[in-house]
Amino acid sequence: MIEIQKITKSFNDKKVLYGISGKFEKGKTNLIIGASGTGKSVLLKCLVGLLSPDKGKVLFDGRNFTESDKTTTTQIRREIGMLFQGSALFDSKNVEENIKFPLDMLTEISEKEKIEKVNHCLNLVGLDKINYKMPSELSGGMKKRVGIARAIVNDSKYLFCDEPNSGLDPLTAIKIDDLILELTQKLNTTTIVVTHDMNSVIEIGEYIMFLHNGKKLWEGDNKKILKTKIKELNSFIFSNKLMKKIK
Amino acid sequence: MFLISLFERREKLKTYFSLTINECIKIGYDSLFIVSIVSIFMGAVTTIQTAFNLVGPLIPDYVISLVVRDMTLLELSPTIIAIVFAGKVGSNIAGELGTMRITEQIDALEVMGINSSSYLVLPKIVAALLMFPILVVISATLAILGGYTAGVMTDVITGQEYIYGLRYEFNPFNIPFALIKSYVFAFIVASISSFQGYYTSGGALEVGKSSTNAVTNSCIAILIADYILAQILL
Repeated sequence: MIEIQKITKSFNDKKVLYGISGKFEKGKTNLIIGASGTGKSVLLKCLVGLLSPDKGKVLFDGRNFTESDKTTTTQIRREIGMLFQGSALFDSKNVEENIKFPLDMLTEISEKEKIEKVNHCLNLVGLDKINYKMPSELSGGMKKRVGIARAIVNDSKYLFCDEPNSGLDPLTAIKIDDLILELTQKLNTTTIVVTHDMNSVIEIGEYIMFLHNGKKLWEGDNKKILKTKIKELNSFIFSNKLMKKIK
Repeated sequence: MFLISLFERREKLKTYFSLTINECIKIGYDSLFIVSIVSIFMGAVTTIQTAFNLVGPLIPDYVISLVVRDMTLLELSPTIIAIVFAGKVGSNIAGELGTMRITEQIDALEVMGINSSSYLVLPKIVAALLMFPILVVISATLAILGGYTAGVMTDVITGQEYIYGLRYEFNPFNIPFALIKSYVFAFIVASISSFQGYYTSGGALEVGKSSTNAVTNSCIAILIADYILAQILL
């Protein structure tokens, strides 16, 4: 479980996050949603340690990540897998080398075991026989899948996904959502997804935190979200015509 | 601060070894062609121009190769090649790291618990320190050979006189001086370019700016260091 307590973050004079608290449970897909510029990505960066919050705590299964020593920080980071918005695959490495990279850097297992793990993860994300392709030869959806495979290859306890559907067609976006949900349940990870895609919210939102102007306005699940009376959340959910018609 | 961060949370030595070898190939071997071309013509032009300026009944011909030798060792090979090095290798380092930064590849390393600056920058600096002095030695040799070829081909000096001039009143300290300069310049180019690339923020435009800044700042730093080293060591 990941718990955040009163996370506050400012850039110069501009306050971006105002004391955000919440609990993201293990084995669930936890979503952080909100319009662009509401602080979702900043919160995610605070969670994975790419940014330090000005105030507040991030607890990974009770371990304080924000105030931990270097050894604990490194230990926690090595339990984290992350899918970046642009996939962040290493351009100079092929698919196999990209997925194998965390194993090369963080483990002492044999080369044979590493290749077996790579192939297993590729199989989990529904990709086969693309081991020697370079990232530039992959489609957007394939890059995301390879990014997910790299994120889970080291048996990560915590899976973070930053806008996993951005730049994908609706069909591929649904496949990526299903994959994230399936992997979370199969691997029992604590998964946090930052998104503004309403389809993801409905499909995989087992816990949803809604941010508006850097503040947490609502939390709940995908069953409750459509019945909400909060004006800002309503206007976010029903901002497109399709959702309005459904309503 | 940036340089100190290179030595924190280091990875396995084996990792650095293979990364450094790759960087040596990129930084050293891949620069051989441009260094060779520049050096040969640098020596040839220095010979022709010295001959043009120094010819007179009282000045012996071997002075031409003496001037070529000292100019090559003291200034041209370490400094001019360092500026070429900054243009080729410096811009490449800044561009590569800048692109990795804006495409979140550096963030990906950090999230994995890897010290990205140490993993990416340290091998580049070590490789530059290993390869640039070798490039300078090759450059000096080729420049002197280029001068010999140009001098003999254009009949401004005979081969025998050229070799006599090369040996005449040779100060052996010029070689360690050139090597000291090459180590300092290699460090300047690799560290400034890495810094510029590593701290790129924004998009493609900023990557271009980082590459330009890497070359500009490296060149200025090389010239300042060149003056300071000459003042201290000669």
